[in-house]
Amino acid sequence: MVPLSWYLILSAILFSIGAFAFLLKRNIITIFMAIELMLNGVNLSFVAFASHWHKLSGHVFVFFVMVVAAAEAAVGLAIIIAVFRSRETLNVDRVNLLKL
Amino acid sequence: MVHQALFIFFGIICVAGAINLLLQRHPINSALSLVVVMGALALIYLLLGAEFVAAIQVIVYAGAIMVLFVFVIMLLNAGAEERSKGSHVALVLGGPGVAIVAGLLTWVMVHSNPQLGSVAIGPSDFGETHAIARLLFRDFLLPFEVTSVLILIAIMGAVVLGRKEN
Amino acid sequence: MTTFIVLAVVKIALVIFLLLTGVAYMTWLERKVVGHIQNRWGPTRVGPFGLLQPLADGVKFILKEDIVPDSVHKGLYILAPALALTMSLISIAVIPFGESISVHGTSTPLQITGVNPSGGGHPLDINIGLLIILGVTSIGVYGVALAGWSSNSKYSLLGSLRASAQMISYELALGLSLVGVLLLSGTLSLREIVDSQSGNWILGGHNTHIPHWFIIPQIVAFFIYLMAAFAETNRIPFDLPEAETELVAGYHTEYSSMKFAMFFMAEYVNMITVGCIATLLFFGGWHGPKLPFLPELLQSLLPVVWFSLKIFCFMFLYIWIRGTLPRFRYDQLMAFGWKFLLPLAIANIIVTSLIVAVWG
Repeated sequence: MVPLSWYLILSAILFSIGAFAFLLKRNIITIFMAIELMLNGVNLSFVAFASHWHKLSGHVFVFFVMVVAAAEAAVGLAIIIAVFRSRETLNVDRVNLLKL
Repeated sequence: MVHQALFIFFGIICVAGAINLLLQRHPINSALSLVVVMGALALIYLLLGAEFVAAIQVIVYAGAIMVLFVFVIMLLNAGAEERSKGSHVALVLGGPGVAIVAGLLTWVMVHSNPQLGSVAIGPSDFGETHAIARLLFRDFLLPFEVTSVLILIAIMGAVVLGRKEN
Repeated sequence: MTTFIVLAVVKIALVIFLLLTGVAYMTWLERKVVGHIQNRWGPTRVGPFGLLQPLADGVKFILKEDIVPDSVHKGLYILAPALALTMSLISIAVIPFGESISVHGTSTPLQITGVNPSGGGHPLDINIGLLIILGVTSIGVYGVALAGWSSNSKYSLLGSLRASAQMISYELALGLSLVGVLLLSGTLSLREIVDSQSGNWILGGHNTHIPHWFIIPQIVAFFIYLMAAFAETNRIPFDLPEAETELVAGYHTEYSSMKFAMFFMAEYVNMITVGCIATLLFFGGWHGPKLPFLPELLQSLLPVVWFSLKIFCFMFLYIWIRGTLPRFRYDQLMAFGWKFLLPLAIANIIVTSLIVAVWG
């Protein structure tokens, strides 16, 4: 059998790689994907704890996290498209003036 | 024994995909490596007996949200390379910071060692779809309804934001 | 443990061989039937009735020159058809073809992912078989999207965007139309859904001799499923993304020989999968008249024969509709999926759940 700590360590590694990518990358879409990676890491620890304590509330919470992530991705990508239409760039370092 | 081998195999695929997301220049490659991470995570959920969550991870996350990302990357024709100026500070401060946080979490977790279960074919007593449905539609009914309103708001927001200004 | 692995490998090899042969002969059937609908013969030269035509086509595909244009993204260009074909073949793994078959004392269910419990008895199945098929269909969209984008050409990109937008729009109607059947059977496992269709309908104590198939209460859902499945597999009347008169050839414009053949095969395997799901969920799967005068081995293979006959009817329906109907325009297609099929599927769920709640 697999110890609980292994699952939590994998979750921590995924979360920290996601956080690092969020800080490091300059393309706005890649930053969004790093946010999704962090959410996935958190989902993994929810499911691991649900299995540890034999309570299904963990699975239900993962369901809600996925739904919220979907809503966030939809609205965020719509914002990105709107910004791209006016600024013509996807690099976050270039979107640094309130008015062009 | 087989569980540990499978977990290590899928865990390595997850971490490799995540590091590939970090290292790739073109966003389409990052998106596809994120799809690989999500697929491997779905298989790890199966190892934990969470069959319904694994199925909706593939259907919703890898099969719908990431398709949305890939569409946007294809439509905007997101540039091939990205510059790294301005991210040197992030590299210098962020790298060690994140490594410290990850190491701290790992060290704390290694000091507790309960063992975990596995998935079953056929009737099982954990992770079944009926049980999740029972929880979702009785105990968690209010969050479920609020979530559906949230999705409706997100749809309206995405349509309004994505419209062309005439 | 080793018997399990050996049996699984044998089943996988057998199913893939039969499936790919079926795909090859489906192309033959399509050309013959569409030919006869259009008042011509179809293939007649190669072998009697043109039966060796798929063999000639296979040899042609293998021997053709494999042209890879210069400006494509090589990795994704090669990945896309492989992904499409792989996902099509994976969904066959959870489909049950019949009950168990026993040879020399070892028995195994006629399903790649089924096991016989060690104490004997009913074969066990994956609890979420239907969700696995829906998930794999969702991943198949990547094959189409990446094919068009990696080809680095206008026609391919537009064709693949249209095709993938069509596929993800109709996935909703597809999934929702199956919820009615799930309400009636109470389980996501394909084998248990077929088991809940055994016997006859009992109406007020009388045994009507109509089989307990879900097509009768769920006729609306069946038509929604059929139309959504036609759109998912990009067949006429929904095949705008790959029609020859539109956008050259859509997302597989820049593909030649074996990679094109892989897209082709993926489309036909998807058609077979759709036929399998419709049979399992609406037409009672492998249930059919029993012939007790046959020897034991053939009796356990008889359900497979009934299953194949039902799938053959679906393939014939696909080909018949191809020869008969014109194709939808793209805006008509999207409006049909979002504004007609989706509300109709939701209405079907509401009515079915009310009936199940009130009348048990």
